[in-house]
Amino acid sequence: MALLEVQNLVVEFPTRRGVLRALDGVSFAIAPGEILGVVGESGAGKSLTGASIIGLLEPPGRIAAGQILLEGERIDHLSHAQLRRIRGRRIGAIFQDPLTSLNPLYTVGQQLVETIQTHLPVSAAEARQRAVQLLKDTGIPAAEQRIGHYPHQFSGGMRQRVVIALALAAEPQLIVADEPTTALDVSIQAQIIQLLKSICKTRGAAVMLITHDMGVIAETCDRVAVMYAGRIAEIGPVHAVINHPAHPYTVGLMAAIPDMESERDALYQIDGAMPRLDAIPQGCAFNPRCPRGFQARCRTERPGLIAAGATQAACWLHDPASGVTA
Amino acid sequence: MSTPAQPLVPSVASPLVRAHDLAKTFDVSAPWLNRVIERKPRALLHAVDGVGFEIARGQTLALVGESGCGKSTVARLLVGLYAPTRGGFTFDGQDAHATFQGKEAHATFQGKEARALRRRIQMIFQDPYASLNPRWRVADIVGEPLREHGLVTGKAALEARVDELLTCVGLSPQDMAKYPHQFSGGQRQRISIARALATAPEFLVCDEPTSALDVSVQAQVLNLMKDLQRKQGLTYLFISHNLAVVRHVSDQVGVMYLGRLVELADKRTLFSQPRHPYTRMLLDAIPKMHDTGRARTPVQGEVPNPLDPPPGCAFNPRCPHANARCRAERPALHDAGTGTRVACHAVQEGRL
Repeated sequence: MALLEVQNLVVEFPTRRGVLRALDGVSFAIAPGEILGVVGESGAGKSLTGASIIGLLEPPGRIAAGQILLEGERIDHLSHAQLRRIRGRRIGAIFQDPLTSLNPLYTVGQQLVETIQTHLPVSAAEARQRAVQLLKDTGIPAAEQRIGHYPHQFSGGMRQRVVIALALAAEPQLIVADEPTTALDVSIQAQIIQLLKSICKTRGAAVMLITHDMGVIAETCDRVAVMYAGRIAEIGPVHAVINHPAHPYTVGLMAAIPDMESERDALYQIDGAMPRLDAIPQGCAFNPRCPRGFQARCRTERPGLIAAGATQAACWLHDPASGVTA
Repeated sequence: MSTPAQPLVPSVASPLVRAHDLAKTFDVSAPWLNRVIERKPRALLHAVDGVGFEIARGQTLALVGESGCGKSTVARLLVGLYAPTRGGFTFDGQDAHATFQGKEAHATFQGKEARALRRRIQMIFQDPYASLNPRWRVADIVGEPLREHGLVTGKAALEARVDELLTCVGLSPQDMAKYPHQFSGGQRQRISIARALATAPEFLVCDEPTSALDVSVQAQVLNLMKDLQRKQGLTYLFISHNLAVVRHVSDQVGVMYLGRLVELADKRTLFSQPRHPYTRMLLDAIPKMHDTGRARTPVQGEVPNPLDPPPGCAFNPRCPHANARCRAERPALHDAGTGTRVACHAVQEGRL
């Protein structure tokens, strides 16, 4: 059984000018121990998906339809008190900016011990021991001394290690990591990605890795979901999506990334920009920018996920009934 | 003032921009009273410490490095936003004697010729949300340099020029009446570029121009910049932390580490035969797209505190090839053959 299942999730923001649909029918599942990447441009809804799962959707945002199941049990309509028992204990979270996700007024030791004691029935001494071990596991040198330091005394990369230690403190089954390496330099980014990958593997934790960096996805994830305008455009095994993308948006996205191998004069560019939430086109949200926008159906009828080779793409190109070969 | 006619064919012998021994030191000491009472010493941050390079007309030099390596400080020095502590740069040596009386460009930024120099050097900033005045219409934003430098007279002429500039960056002339918030990030960066191009500059300093943009939009902006370079013969200093982007846009690449250039080479040479251990590590750290699951070799350690840099070569604590000499003596840039200049003892001694 899937560890986490998101079914037809719809998130809406009521505004004065009407209701905006930020997520529109997002469905996916994460197996235990799996690393699922969620990639997309700003505003595609990837962070909102993560926030909905950990129950940190900011009002006035609300889950308007669909459900989120953790081990078969609904978690999308729980009260704050019930959610607190899940968040941290069963689902850990890592955010982009390690400076704002740590409390500057407490030492990292106090923050770790607090988290451990909130979720696990251990004594203060045991919790402290565990905290030191966690810091060691995340590769912080001289953990016994560092545990008494405040967040500002750590560098960016070290701080992100502390945040990972915090997320892992109560041995959660799932970690939602929202842009965990975006604020870091490339050399540090590689260290953090490797740490996240190895530490989750040894503990058997599943990860939902949200990022806009396809390179990070490529070397970390088992599967990847590509989001566009609040919907999943394509989902499948990472090597298939990267090497044989099926959705025209994914194809364009992959070609737009400057790579280190080929010699090209101009980068491929997808003209235009992602539509605003109040102006999402009828039918397929990508149709006005699509180089393959081939039939009237794309402009009227929204495609669901259709099997396309090893991946699934929300594109009519892959519908056998449309009679075209992609 | 009689200016000799500029040669139409750019000569290799006279680069447009020549920086020599540029240095900028910031005083980050505690306030005077604290220094006296707590006996704290003065603290000096050497943000840029002796950087020299040349950019030929119509070429792009990219500076890469991690945060805090001083690449943005170099950008600000070149447009005159900072005055250098030491060293300087000459701009267009060809007429430096005639127009600038052989002065350092920095003296010129303060002098009477400031206007003329500023017209020829413009800058594009990283954040298109912060670099455009939200209360101004696009017509005013793009038109400001034109008015400021007195390049056009009359409302109709101004409008015509703004019209032309917007079209040239791929926006519609109708966008003139809009405010910045009505545009997406990529479109705003196009407005920034239009503004920078308004004075018909020869040299554009671009400080992370696409770092705040999504990849598909980044591709649009990079293509536009290359296109403009081809059409108008622009010279770029391109600052970025993204090596893949640098590889795409540049002709020459300088790698910076803790305020100094550690390697300066032709793009092809740098990417095919990196010499400095830091450059090699940076290249190794790039995620490989089509080679999924392959773990990168993470660079060990972190960038040292620039207030307290290690003695000798600044990279020595992270370098696998460091020896006693590296820990004591700071390497200078030297020619390592194939046009590469490297600051590394190991390369010079042939250990690497």
